[in-house]
Order: sequence, then structure tokens, then C-alpha cells
Amino acid sequence: MPVVDLGQTSRRELNHQLHTLSQDTNQTHWRVENPRGQHALAVGLDAPVTVEIAGHVGYYCAGMNKQAAVIVEGNAGVGVAENMMSGKVHVKGDASQSAGATAHGGLLVIDGNASARCGISMKGIDIVVKGSIGPMSAFMAQSGNLVVLGDAGEALGDSIYEARLFVRGEVKGLGADCIEKEMRFEHVKALGALLEAAGVAESVKPEEFRRYGSARQLYNFHVDNAAAY
Amino acid sequence: MCGIVGLFLKDPALEPKLGEMLAGMLEVMTDRGPDSAGFAVYGAGEAGRVKLTIRGNDLGDIASALGAGVKAIPHDTHMVLLIPENREGEIRTWLTTNRPDIAIIGAGRRIELYKEVGLPAEVSTRFDLAGMAGTHGIGHTRMATESAVTTDGAHPFSTGADQCLVHNGSLSNHASLRRMLEPKGIRFATDNDSEVAAGYLSWKLQEGATLAQALEAGLDDLDGFFTFVVGTESGFAVLRDPISCKPAVMAETDQYVAFGSEYRALVGLPGIEHARVFEPEPARVYVWERN
Repeated sequence: MPVVDLGQTSRRELNHQLHTLSQDTNQTHWRVENPRGQHALAVGLDAPVTVEIAGHVGYYCAGMNKQAAVIVEGNAGVGVAENMMSGKVHVKGDASQSAGATAHGGLLVIDGNASARCGISMKGIDIVVKGSIGPMSAFMAQSGNLVVLGDAGEALGDSIYEARLFVRGEVKGLGADCIEKEMRFEHVKALGALLEAAGVAESVKPEEFRRYGSARQLYNFHVDNAAAY
Repeated sequence: MCGIVGLFLKDPALEPKLGEMLAGMLEVMTDRGPDSAGFAVYGAGEAGRVKLTIRGNDLGDIASALGAGVKAIPHDTHMVLLIPENREGEIRTWLTTNRPDIAIIGAGRRIELYKEVGLPAEVSTRFDLAGMAGTHGIGHTRMATESAVTTDGAHPFSTGADQCLVHNGSLSNHASLRRMLEPKGIRFATDNDSEVAAGYLSWKLQEGATLAQALEAGLDDLDGFFTFVVGTESGFAVLRDPISCKPAVMAETDQYVAFGSEYRALVGLPGIEHARVFEPEPARVYVWERN
């Protein structure tokens, strides 16, 4: 197993080593030590490998990820897994703002809390937060699922498109055009699969959640509003 | 972009190392603010005396000109004057009249304040921050956006006795607040928006608010982006605007409370591996007070 000590090796060198891995590499399990909050660790990966980072990371960790599994054994700074395309990112601590921002695919699991703007402009990613999320989360969220085992802050789902939001705890407030929606069988089933993927299906049941989504009033032209344009 | 750091010690055993810890934190924030840097340290005070931190050229003859009973401790372009409490007014008047080239940038029982243009590491070396002891301190690395790169524009700002503030962000209603505060006796030395935030808090404190109450009121009255770290003689506070536009991370242990714009600023602190690391919530006032 390759071990990269960021006390010895630069971040640029680490990312370079990870970028040069081929699809059939034998070096499938990496360990990164001494991250010390550095930014942009393990970004732009595109190989089926696992990268464990032993500590807190800075901004944009695992950004643009494809295929890889990145595990952060600590807290993550702003924009963890931003623009992820596929693969999995697992933060064992808390995540700062804009976790999973604009991401198209893959699974982001946060064991702790995520702060403001979690899932902003998400475009297909699945995000499971075991704690609570901050204000303005899922702002302009387009597709994908955001699952929150704890509470959600103010203005959840403001100007949301077609992403699905599942919150088990209290929602402090819904943003413009975001409403509570019925939990139908298909949602229970999809949520159950996400809880399974996040490893919490034993203790957390889909029926404990409420679903929120778009009222679809904001992004369609409505003739009554014509005077406002 | 700017970088801010703050450190509030709970364990007196760390007090001799306050400056060393703060200097390390400040230097890491260089890439958030390479233009200028500054810091305030709450060190030991002397009964019956006030500390004035002054800045200017040719400070050598100041102490003798002010007469017996004034102690002067030079630090590069700055000097800390330890003066008898009952002479503060007279000495301020003398300085204004005879040495208008000198700026009084901090005053109080315990505060000392230093700031200069240049890389943070150079600034902290010039003033020997690493050699300073104290109970709490705050620092700032500046990337100027709203006003010029000058020593006057560097943080922290102090607008009241033993008070100081550092700011990451920009305020949009600083001109109207300044017009509101000036008739109330709050004096400003620069055109900087952050100084107005400091002045606003000084006004609230002067009106009898606690530090927490002053910051709560600030949430209603200050319009713009901000993460503030504020020091008073016995207090240390953090406040972020309601949309948490500017970054902040904190760490707390039995020994200290530490603030950084980024976690990287905190990694050199003792016991950080076991600290409670958290992001302060937007629009929530955090205050720690010494007993």
C-alpha cells in the first residue's frame, strides 16, 4: 500500500502520483498522512482506487472525483467533493460550507455535520449527512438526493429544481419554491437504498424522514407574473 | 480575502508562549493576506498605569519629552508608553500638539497593538511577536480590497480602551454608520470600513452593553460581509454575518480557544489532534471571558 507523508511530499506531487494511475493499477489502496488542513488534496482522481487521508483537510478535497473512494479521517474544509462525477467520498468528521457543490454523481457521506450551502447547485450527486446541515443548503439544487439524519438550517432548497431532499429532524425554514412533499413508495425505496449505502440502514428507517422538493412555481413562466419582467 | 487568527488562553501555563503560538498562526495565513499584517496582544498591565501604543518615526526622544514617570518600550516603528493613568489626557494632548506625525494606535491597561505593511512573517519578526507573553491576542493578514495598502489600513483597529477588532469581509453601510457614530464621540483615524465596525462596538460598550450584547446589536446594524474576531481586556469574541460569507474555523481544548480563517492556521497548536474543532455558526455570537 503506497503511503504518502505530506510532511515529506508536496501536495502537487501527491496529486500527480494519483493522476498517473491507470485504470488497471495494482496500487488500489493509498494512505495519505499529515494532511494538516492542506487544500486541494486528492482532487481530479479518475481511477478505481481508495485514498485514505489521515486527518483534517482544507478546501476542495476530492473535488472533481471520478471512480475513486476518498476517505477523510477528520474534518473537511470548504467544497469537499465539489463537482464529483462518480465514486465515493466519506468524511468521518464535519464538513465546512458547500459540501458536494455542483456535483454530478457519486456518493458523499458525512458522519458529522455539514455547514452552510451543503449540496448547493447539486446536479445528480447523492449526499448523506449523519448530523445536521447549515442554512441555504440545496440552493438551486437540480437533481440527486440530499439525506439529512439531523436538522436543516434556514432556507432549505431555495430555488430548487428537481433534487429530492429528505430530512429526519427539524427544518428551520424552507427557501423560495421549496415545499414538503408526500413520501411515496418510490421515495421510501430510494431513501432506503441510500441509507444502506451510507451504512446506517440498521438504525435509521426511511419512514422517519420527510421529503422536500420543488413546488415548480418559480422556474416556469407564469403569465400572471408578466408585469414583473 | 484576508486571514484572521485569534487565541484565548485558559491555561496560564501557556501565557509565556502566547506570542510564539500567535506568530505561527499568523504566518500560515500569509497566502490569504500578504500586503500587511498586524496583531494585538493582551499582556501584563501595571496598576495605575495606562499603555499607549504609538507609531511613527523618530520616537527616541518621546519618553524624555514626556517627563518623569513615563516608561518607553521601543519596538521598531512602534513604541509602548507606560504612563500614569491620571496623565493620559494631558499626554494625548501633548502628542497631538507637538508630534502630530505620531499615531496613537492602541490604548488601555493591557493591550499592545502593532501593524505594518509587509509579509506577516516579516511584521511579526520586526516586533518580536514570538517573544510576547499574554492571555489573549488576535492577528490579521491583509489583502486590501476597500482601501490602499498602508499601515493605517492594516488591522487590528482599536477605537476604545483595551478593545480591538479584526475583520475579514467588507461593510456596505460604513459611511452612514460613521456619520451616526462621530457625533456620539467615536473618533476614527482612517477611512477604513473595518474601523467603523470597531467604532460601532466601542459605542455600544460605552453605552453599557456587554460584549455579547454589542455584537448582537451589530447583527442588525452592520450591513455587509464579515467575520470578526474581537478582543477586550477580559474577553474574546467571534461573529460571522448571517450568510457566513467569510470562512472561520475554531478549536477548543482545556488550554485554549483558537480561531483561524482556515484550519491550517491551527495545526501547530499544542494538542490540536484532540481539540474540538468546529465551524462557528453564522449570526451566532461567541464570547469567552476571563474570570
